[in-house]
Amino acid sequence: MRRFADLHLRVPLNDLLQMEKMVRKASELGYSLVAIPLSPHATREQVIQLQRLCREAKIDLATRVNLSPRTSSELLHNLRRLRRKFELVSVICSTKDVARQAAKDRRVDLLRFSVTNLRKRFFDAAEAELASQAFSSLEIEMAPLLQLAGASRIRLLSRLQREVATAEKFRVPITISSGATGEYLMRGPHDYAALATLFDLPLSAALKALSENPYAMVERNRKKLSPDYVAPGIHVVGRKAGA
Amino acid sequence: MPRRERRRYLALEVQSEQPLNGRTVMDAVEASVQRLFGEYGASQANLRLMKYIPPNRQLVIRCSHKALEKVRAAIASTIEINGKTAFIHVLGVSGTLKALSKKT
Repeated sequence: MRRFADLHLRVPLNDLLQMEKMVRKASELGYSLVAIPLSPHATREQVIQLQRLCREAKIDLATRVNLSPRTSSELLHNLRRLRRKFELVSVICSTKDVARQAAKDRRVDLLRFSVTNLRKRFFDAAEAELASQAFSSLEIEMAPLLQLAGASRIRLLSRLQREVATAEKFRVPITISSGATGEYLMRGPHDYAALATLFDLPLSAALKALSENPYAMVERNRKKLSPDYVAPGIHVVGRKAGA
Repeated sequence: MPRRERRRYLALEVQSEQPLNGRTVMDAVEASVQRLFGEYGASQANLRLMKYIPPNRQLVIRCSHKALEKVRAAIASTIEINGKTAFIHVLGVSGTLKALSKKT
């Protein structure tokens, strides 16, 4: 059976009740993995509390950090500091320099672009080529599609159609996430897959963007973060007692 | 003889701050289909309200099997009914009412 993941559940970390509701809702909707964005300064206690909450709701938790650097050097600095602390790193590409650097850096998992200012969506052929070589994924959030209406939704859909075609051409994995800030913006994976057909993503590819692609990313990163990982293709298989 | 149109039955659950009846929810779904796909798309969807179960806020609707994904997308994009926050979840989809009642 297919396992589904929502890699961007924006739960309010200061509201325990709402946090619990949203995690339970995600479980009810059929997700088996959620990624919750944390502050770069998140404490160990916060993570433990979230893990306990998710365990109670029978759902797996992946920790995520959203970086929004203004320059590429700021991005590199943040990546050096935070990469090993979080299971997923997402970069909001607000300038072209940052977008290009994020696309070619293997430490970046998810590329995000502005939904309000479409001029700041830098996902073109050059960006896609870099992203495909570095295994970065294009993240498409569904919450703005639900919240926007009229001309702004039409423009966003039109831009997403172009970006999805580019991503498919260059074989850049696409990840669909909810980006939900409340229960009312959460939908089931099959509903999101149906919504994704609005930007010409075939149903099978949309379901892959909600299951295989996010799972592959999280599993790859968990392997890399494990103490047994040495380098790509090399890992510790056993340790001698007392060594 | 023309072949009978194949249909899909969808069980839906509505969550809203206000009390709603089946017709209101159905109107919201139809408006959403029309908003996303236009009048031509709405005509192809061939939507019908089959039943509404007020205590559970559940309803069963019917659509053409070719328009299933369009209807699902329209249902998912509904975020308000009568100006109040509301959302609709698809509980199950089936080709017959009997199978749908077993699923949900």
